[in-house]
Amino acid sequence: MEIPRHWRLNQQRYGLVGEVCPHCEAKIFPPRDICPHCGGEAKTTYAFNGRGEVFSFTTIYEAPTGFDETAPYTVALVKLEEGPLVTAQLTDLGETRPEIGMPVEMVTRKLRSDGDERGMLIYGYKFRPVMR
Amino acid sequence: MPDTLLKPSRPVGIVGYGSYVPRYRLPAKEVARVWVGGRASGLPIKEKAVAGLDEDVVTMSLEAVRNALKRAGIDPAEIRAVWIGSESHPYAVKPTSTIVAEAIGAAPNVQAADMEFACKAGTEAMVMAMGLVGSGMARYAVAAGLDTAQGKPGDALEYTAAAGGAAFVIGPAEESLATINASYSYVTDTPDFWRREYQRYPEHGNRFTGEPAYFKHSTAAGKTMMEALGTKPSDYTWAIFHQPNAKFPQRAASLLGFTPEQIRPGLLSPVIGNTYAGAAILGLTATLDVAQPGDRILMVSFGSGAGSDAFDITVTDKLPERRDKALKTQDYIARRTEIDYAMYARLRGKIAMK
Repeated sequence: MEIPRHWRLNQQRYGLVGEVCPHCEAKIFPPRDICPHCGGEAKTTYAFNGRGEVFSFTTIYEAPTGFDETAPYTVALVKLEEGPLVTAQLTDLGETRPEIGMPVEMVTRKLRSDGDERGMLIYGYKFRPVMR
Repeated sequence: MPDTLLKPSRPVGIVGYGSYVPRYRLPAKEVARVWVGGRASGLPIKEKAVAGLDEDVVTMSLEAVRNALKRAGIDPAEIRAVWIGSESHPYAVKPTSTIVAEAIGAAPNVQAADMEFACKAGTEAMVMAMGLVGSGMARYAVAAGLDTAQGKPGDALEYTAAAGGAAFVIGPAEESLATINASYSYVTDTPDFWRREYQRYPEHGNRFTGEPAYFKHSTAAGKTMMEALGTKPSDYTWAIFHQPNAKFPQRAASLLGFTPEQIRPGLLSPVIGNTYAGAAILGLTATLDVAQPGDRILMVSFGSGAGSDAFDITVTDKLPERRDKALKTQDYIARRTEIDYAMYARLRGKIAMK
């Protein structure tokens, strides 16, 4: 059980909340309090709009522990509109084949259970093909 | 007779509304293929909406509430209550509503609780929100109703038990896209459907679910409210009833004197099934998606156990500018991936892995 570790990440995972640098205005995700672009202190929270496009992707058939119930699934590097590149699962693909450049939008979904069926449920961002 | 209407002293309404329907569809004929040798006559609906592997009432509520917030255009920090009605909350103990309140930015200055009243838990939350806002205790309250309903394999309910729902930001009438003029609740102890603690699937009273339960409560709620308000069916542009299948809401409408045209935009069960706590209110969102300022709407929910909540709603001139700010209910219904019974069994966790 890793309750505090998940709890600490609630905000960024539920709503794609990162930071904006007050010095160079770069948008930062995940939040790290130091701007990776200019090195200045960056603690102002910033909620990303959730839109982006697939930068690259792969489909996982042999899933790591905890994710085996949902395999096979596709993991993508998503280039957010505001700049950062985030790693996340794609979901709700239906018959859609993922492609590089495909526009996607953030949704909050169940990522896994912490441990077995008795553990807490962990929710977080995934991306789906944009609905409009 | 005392005044039985539930009417706040300060006028309230719907400031924003949002819906969610997952993308997978299980045709009723597919259930019939597996359980009754493919007999395709008399199926209660065409197909039902099924949630994906990573979806539950928390994730679906979040999307519906986010859509409602997009339309409302308010600061989530001004929300004083998040109430979510469902009979399929993912935790037995730990509120769905705390997760939703945190994720939308309404925490920590907020009331949060989960409602349960079978299929009317969502409208129960709406009436509570009307009270909180109508008393002046809060400017905004969020009320939602969603389900990922379960039916026992092969049971009559498996054809219809579906996933989806809707959410509303309730606020002052002057900020609303539709005012809620009054509501009325009709509740009795009627054992038509239940699920005992630790049981996976519900039990129901077969035909007992019709006359003494659904029809009695739905028609009494609608009729009593209209009598108290001095209205008649022709005063309403649209009407929405709880929809456990395609037939019941059409019959309830006809019993009360409503026409097929009045219930048309809100009758979704034939193509998405019975979304339980989401059913009547999803119909309301689909109706608001097409309604015009001045339109009057009657909505009657029904929850087993049993009871009905009736609402009298009037669309304001703020609706047209807000409805395009989020996905419409028909956008979700049009997004459709058909699945077979085997995939359904996997998505709903009906395959024992250990």
